[in-house]
Amino acid sequence: MNAATKTSTIRGRALSTDVWETLKKNRAAFVATLLLAVMSVMVVVAPILSPYAFDATDFDRISVGPSLSTLHLFGTDALGRDLFVRTMYGGRISLMVGLVATAVSLVIGIAWGATAGFIGGRSDHVMMRIVDVLYAMPFMFFVILLMVFFGRSIVLIFVAIGAINWLDMARIVRGQTLSLKEKEFVEAARAGGVSNVKIVLHHIVPNLLGVVAVYVTLTIPQVILVESFLSFLGLGVQEPMTSWGALVNEGAQEMETAPWMLIFPGAFLATTLFCLNFIGDGLRDALDPRDRSN
Amino acid sequence: MLRFALKRVLGAIPTLLVLIALAFFLIKAAPGGPFDTDRRLPPEIEANLQAAYNLDEPLYRQFGLYLGGLLKGDFGPSFQYRDYTVTELIAAGFPVSLRLGGLAMLLAFVVGVAVGTVAALKQNAFTDHAAMAAAMIGISVPNFVMAPLLVLVFAVTLKWLPAGGLGDWRNFVLPVVALALPQIAYIARLTRGSMIEVLRADFIRTARAQGLPQRAVIIRHALKPALLPVISYLGPATAAIITGSVVIEQIFGVPGLGRFFVQGALNRDYTLVMGVVVFYGVLIVVFNLIVDLVYGWLDPRVQYQ
Repeated sequence: MNAATKTSTIRGRALSTDVWETLKKNRAAFVATLLLAVMSVMVVVAPILSPYAFDATDFDRISVGPSLSTLHLFGTDALGRDLFVRTMYGGRISLMVGLVATAVSLVIGIAWGATAGFIGGRSDHVMMRIVDVLYAMPFMFFVILLMVFFGRSIVLIFVAIGAINWLDMARIVRGQTLSLKEKEFVEAARAGGVSNVKIVLHHIVPNLLGVVAVYVTLTIPQVILVESFLSFLGLGVQEPMTSWGALVNEGAQEMETAPWMLIFPGAFLATTLFCLNFIGDGLRDALDPRDRSN
Repeated sequence: MLRFALKRVLGAIPTLLVLIALAFFLIKAAPGGPFDTDRRLPPEIEANLQAAYNLDEPLYRQFGLYLGGLLKGDFGPSFQYRDYTVTELIAAGFPVSLRLGGLAMLLAFVVGVAVGTVAALKQNAFTDHAAMAAAMIGISVPNFVMAPLLVLVFAVTLKWLPAGGLGDWRNFVLPVVALALPQIAYIARLTRGSMIEVLRADFIRTARAQGLPQRAVIIRHALKPALLPVISYLGPATAAIITGSVVIEQIFGVPGLGRFFVQGALNRDYTLVMGVVVFYGVLIVVFNLIVDLVYGWLDPRVQYQ
């Protein structure tokens, strides 16, 4: 009786609490998180507050520099469109691609890795051999092929980028699953007659989330980078819609006369990637048991 | 060792086949053909065109013919540059790309290892933090943002270096640096991590206990094991540099293979795009294989099973 009341006072630590505590201790990662949150809110809210639309031309002010009086905070581009609003719209696309494509890769990676690790044996061998073979592919080129052949739709960008980024995730998840499935609680579940599918979904996958969280934060910047790379080459989001990569491309062409067109979108893109990398590194230091360098 | 090498070489063959098949069937699955025009061609001409490019054969035969051609170094005709074969275009562009990429790789390796080693020796001191912060920026600022910024500063504002094109060595400075920077950053971080670990190892303590000077300990004992992760990263680094060269060549107007690739992609020159993908893909797979073999040779702990 006494023992029972004692255990009930021990509170479980949710993963989210753990992550939050870790982040607070790592000052750089904490600042990065705040900065990222501010930028995300800005990207969503700021265009609503500006008097300009992302595709509207201001004929009186074509290619003018940043100015507070006209409310063209970042200036305008060669077509007289407000660069501030366009940068925010570009950010929406970039961040959305980052989240959706990462989610796609997450689902594929966890399903593949957990299945391979849990079944084990020959299936595991074959499944991981497939991952090995795919790993050696120059995927950026295949994404470009997809864009060229099947048109440049945003949905295809999500799926294509997500579908190439799951390999790391699958490897990590498989490794963790291999060790988790030998644990007592899995044995207990099996003894209790829980089906294999339920064991994987309810007992294995929740225990993977810590490690997966690290790789999610490291995958998002990679994915954003791939999208902006495509857009930079003119193979991503199409006009008049825009993304940070497309804006940097326009800026690079006009940089001698209108350097602000390069600097603002470039700074937003770089800062976002910087923050995400910092958060990912911070999380990895705290959560990844394999990292011994620190 | 020989068995290990042979096994790795044989292991690369399915990878190559999958690579070529993926590229080939993607093209075949693409909507629209290369000869679709607004005007309908007379059926005889269309049939002749199809026959000239083997498009009237069944799919598996087409794939076989393409594979056979590849073995002879024949990537087929270009669909847009009518007078050139894809092989000729690759032969024209690749040497330029190779020079650019090779120099970038060399720079990345030398500078990355140097910076990483220094940071590891000064672990947690100011030098270390500064180097790792710089590396983080190097990783986070994409090539195609860094390159125009370099042009803006060094070519447009300071006028020290040309902004692009081909010429003497000065034309190569900015593209090589822009291409190498992210890789310098990665290699520096890798070297630092593994060097810190190696410096804690027993054999380093032994070497120090024998009174060897710091320089000898680092160069003769610590560097080789610390470089192993860097060596195995050279495979992915090659892939990254090849991918990066696509945008860098575009920005600096370097007439390399990456530029042909982008032009081909925008012009829907299917055979050229496919040829470049297969060519670079094979290159990456082969390079990975070489890195694998070198790693096995350098690290006695790898078992040749």
